Amino acid sequence: MSYLHIENLTVGLKGTGDRLLRGVSLSVDAGEVMGLVGESGAGKSMIGKAILGILPRSAEVLGGVIEMDGENLLALPPRLRRQRIGAKAALIPQDPLTALNPSRRIAPQITDRLVDILGWDKARARDRARESLAEVQIPDPDRVLRCYPHELSGGMRQRILIASAFAAEPKLIVADEPTTALDVTVQKQILRLIRDMQARHNTALLFVTHDLGVVAKICQKMTVLYGGMVLEQTDVRSFFKAPGHPYSAALLAATPRHDDPAASLTPVPDHVVQAVRAEVAAADRMQRHG
Amino acid sequence: MLDGRSRVRRRAGLRLWLSGGWLMLAAGAALLAPWIAPHDPLAQDLFAGRMPPFWVQGADPLYWLGTDSLGRDVLSRLLHGARVAFAVALVAGLATAVLGAALGLLAGFYRGWVDMVVSRFIDIWMAFPPVLFAILLIAVMGPGLTSIIIAIVIIDWTRFARVVRAEAMGQGAMDYVASAQVAGRGRFSTLLVEILPNVLPTIVVLLTLEMGIAVIVEAILSFVNLSISTDQPTWGGMIAEGRTSIHQAWWVLVVPLVALFLTVLSFSQLGEGLKDRFDPVLR
Repeated sequence: MSYLHIENLTVGLKGTGDRLLRGVSLSVDAGEVMGLVGESGAGKSMIGKAILGILPRSAEVLGGVIEMDGENLLALPPRLRRQRIGAKAALIPQDPLTALNPSRRIAPQITDRLVDILGWDKARARDRARESLAEVQIPDPDRVLRCYPHELSGGMRQRILIASAFAAEPKLIVADEPTTALDVTVQKQILRLIRDMQARHNTALLFVTHDLGVVAKICQKMTVLYGGMVLEQTDVRSFFKAPGHPYSAALLAATPRHDDPAASLTPVPDHVVQAVRAEVAAADRMQRHG
Repeated sequence: MLDGRSRVRRRAGLRLWLSGGWLMLAAGAALLAPWIAPHDPLAQDLFAGRMPPFWVQGADPLYWLGTDSLGRDVLSRLLHGARVAFAVALVAGLATAVLGAALGLLAGFYRGWVDMVVSRFIDIWMAFPPVLFAILLIAVMGPGLTSIIIAIVIIDWTRFARVVRAEAMGQGAMDYVASAQVAGRGRFSTLLVEILPNVLPTIVVLLTLEMGIAVIVEAILSFVNLSISTDQPTWGGMIAEGRTSIHQAWWVLVVPLVALFLTVLSFSQLGEGLKDRFDPVLR
């Protein structure tokens, strides 16, 4: 039994009948890294948000199952659900500059969850926060815990967010494009850090990205999405050898290559886009008539 | 960059010192008025009417800022009038801030029907001409300090509600709010612990502006004789009385006008100075 198991998850835009996720199913085991890829609007972030219960106000879950640790989160009352998520899952957000509250010191932003959800006493939570910061190689953790976010650099803040995500030993982490807002030089370190932490803690990691290069480096399995629909689900090695869906193949061909910067970029061809759109429309028709 | 930053700080510092200094002085004078006022502000002396202030020829050293047409001491009346002005600024300003900010926070963070209701009320409120609205309210409630304060709160809460709502909405969309919710924080607790501290600087700046506005509104109401009973001196009342004798005794009008002007200006400059101080980029 996988740690996270999603089945037929459907998310819609409130009051419109438009669907943002069209029956997504996927499973992630403990210690496994699953990449969610697709272009903007494909619904990759939406999956993570649905799991963590932070869908935007305009969206709602229309159907499906989100099973974490053998328990369907969607069937739980909101309060209990928030507690389960707080105890077992965490988020590494996209933008380190807005993901820490500018008017609070670092320490409570890490320890809040340990105290409120896990019921630790303050001293123990603070010790844990210090350990976590040390684990992500932040020098002088005691000083950093007393800092306000604006006193720290972007790369430092992203490290803090990673430390904070792992502090409560969650079994599942959703990383929502955690390197997109960073400098290319910092990106690589952060990526390695996330992978190391994930491996050490044996966490299930859902890694949302649009960068296939990143997927190749850190994921074992991947899901390709378009229009809120799963096009392909496979292990990373076979994807890069032979993508199973024409759209995935086009996506792979469109990826800039580091080893050959002179090669011209190939956009996803029109006929592929049209074909995949038709596929999405067909699924909608099926759903309406079935 | 560093240079510009320190220049902004220095200017903000001077601004804070000047405006804060005047407000401290005026508030202190208001507080101590019964003890430091040289005369009874209501005592009339018809033989000493329209005495000019000390720098004008023919002044009486007993009356520093002169007397009005009934021979009442302008300085004493000014000091006692400051009591009313500052009481209104403080109480009405704070009450307006609390009411407006609370509604703005709820509307901006919870959205949905709460926002619908609050926003429609703001729209309706903004369509009333404020001064006429105030006069109407006082006419209904009857004059008095409490009525003035209530009228200001009822009229001006929208100033806070509008701005705070927009700010709360912006803060609510930040990643740190999502992170807090993933970490198990409830909605209301998120509003208090995560959102409110980030909106507070805006509320404080608005509060200083509102205090200036409250002083003006009180003066306007006194001017049209709708403020407090006439045996309590107020700046607006003094201006109204001074108007009738402006050709014979201009100081009766000008002295309270200058005090009013400096006070309102200081409140708004204090707000500007605090805004620069609070700005995390400049801090």
